[in-house]
Amino acid sequence: MELFVNQVLAGIATGAIYACMALAVVMIYQAIDHLNFAQGEMAMFSTFIAWQLIQWGVPYWIAFVLTLAISFVGGVLIERLLFKPLASAPILTHVAGFIALFAIINSVAGLTWDFTIKQFPSPFGSRPFLGSQLISTHQAGMIGVTLVLLLMLYGFFRFTRIGLAMRAAASLPDSARLVGINVGWMIALGWGMASAIGAIAGMLIAPVVFLEPNMMGGVLLYGFASAVLGGLTSPFGAVIGGFLVGIFENLVGTYIPGVGNELKLPIALALIVTVLVVKPNGLFGRTVVQRV
Amino acid sequence: MSTIQETVAPAAAAAAPTRRSAGTIAQLVVLALLLVTPLFVKNFVIFQMTMWLVYAIAIAALNLLTGGSGQFSLGQSAFFALGAYASAILMETYNVNYALTLPVSGLICFAAGFLFGLPALRLSGVYLALATFALATAMPQLLKLGVLEPWTGGVQGLVVTKPDAPFHLPISQDKWLYYFTLLVALLIYIASVNLLKSRTGRAMMAIRDNQIAASALGVNLALYKTLAFGISAAFTGIAGALGAIVVQFVAPDSYTIQLAIAIFLGMVVGGVGWLPGSLAGSAFIVFVPNIAEGISKGLSGAVFGALLILVIFVIPHGARQVAFSAEALAKKLFKN
Repeated sequence: MELFVNQVLAGIATGAIYACMALAVVMIYQAIDHLNFAQGEMAMFSTFIAWQLIQWGVPYWIAFVLTLAISFVGGVLIERLLFKPLASAPILTHVAGFIALFAIINSVAGLTWDFTIKQFPSPFGSRPFLGSQLISTHQAGMIGVTLVLLLMLYGFFRFTRIGLAMRAAASLPDSARLVGINVGWMIALGWGMASAIGAIAGMLIAPVVFLEPNMMGGVLLYGFASAVLGGLTSPFGAVIGGFLVGIFENLVGTYIPGVGNELKLPIALALIVTVLVVKPNGLFGRTVVQRV
Repeated sequence: MSTIQETVAPAAAAAAPTRRSAGTIAQLVVLALLLVTPLFVKNFVIFQMTMWLVYAIAIAALNLLTGGSGQFSLGQSAFFALGAYASAILMETYNVNYALTLPVSGLICFAAGFLFGLPALRLSGVYLALATFALATAMPQLLKLGVLEPWTGGVQGLVVTKPDAPFHLPISQDKWLYYFTLLVALLIYIASVNLLKSRTGRAMMAIRDNQIAASALGVNLALYKTLAFGISAAFTGIAGALGAIVVQFVAPDSYTIQLAIAIFLGMVVGGVGWLPGSLAGSAFIVFVPNIAEGISKGLSGAVFGALLILVIFVIPHGARQVAFSAEALAKKLFKN
């Protein structure tokens, strides 16, 4: 029983990271109807920036906030420079754009900080949490930070004018434009926020998976799996999907013999394919009907 | 989808007699160059040219899928790996002749592609890209599985023996492999061109242009979509098998998402839906990294990405656009 509780809690902790990645993916998907295949690499790059700031002697939390700001600006810039001109381009061009971004960020990170594995500090330490052996302080910190982030995002979208404008721009761009919302900038804002959320995920998971240019490959795949499970059209679903996938991953790894770390990625693949086949709209997504 | 639609309209126009003759002459010149060049260059250059043809086959296979049936795949590296491993295992464990392993690899990959295509037929556009992206990311880990280690050699991979030229021909192994690859590439090219001209090919293109209209006309969507996926996977698998024989080595980490990206890049650079462009795209992904790595290690990804962005912004139809503009220019010059 203790093993079970332990694994569920650990699953919630990694699930928090998947939830963040899924949320970032869904935010961009809502805005431009395309999956950001470079989301993981963007998060990885942000994490490297944080690492660099810490190396330069900046205290952790200041580096954390600075990284969020830099990632936000970076996300907005990527949208303005690369994807805004492509807005009406066919889907193939978009996929090519994301793949290009993936390759560039991965390669530039490797060139700047090389491909060796680096330690990333945790602000929470890794002692047992509240004297309990079930969960470490870092895992508790991961869950805590994610919950605070989710609450803030909820408040932002629910209670602020700009949050409302962003929701309007995402759901009905033409009508939003008619009531005077600058849809273009709302999309850019969405990109900036997605980039910052990804940065949080990267900084929280880096102490666990270690810092290197390919660190986010598996995390992004699980983020996609979470987003698909929750429904790509539902930010709420993406978050729930993230936690579910995190718990699922840990329980499968513990209780099914032969499924260890070496099957981590194939499990995500199987999960994605299964959900897409059985329930393509996910748990909370809405059905998209196409007019002839 | 508009890019893809536009791409094939000129291909139909290519049936006009003047253009056909120009195209045929260009094809024959390229073929002659491909036949003659290896006689005058060093073995290492021949090796690179062989890899160039191998990737050209893989790119043509993706082109058949995306340009032909309008489906996406970021997972071609997985089928490439499957073909490579099938061929390597058959050669090393079961002592099958290398030439015979190619059709077997093709068949295995066709089956794998067809099965993976079954769920894919429910997915469109971005979902298919996602599922295949997941496949490409997961493939190296699948190949490293402990259970399969007696066959795959795990992380270490397998070493493949290089075949000799048959009938005691007085040419080097590298040259023989080059001509062998060229022959396979030609066969696949001819098969692809004919496939696109056939009833099946027209059904695929109808799906690409308008899925709903195609199904209203009685095209079996599920069948043709999975068929396109299977055929593309089969050709990619043959390319992978050839690649394994040429490089003489297979290992899980040679078939990462980077390879899938390279193949995708090659297709976009060559021009989606234009099969001859596969050679141009392949030249790109074989020779550009050499130059980039010469400048700095790890640079090739950045160069790939930057070029990809350049292509989609400046010449969205890739090499096809360049070739057609060149042809138009040549005609203007000769007229005056």
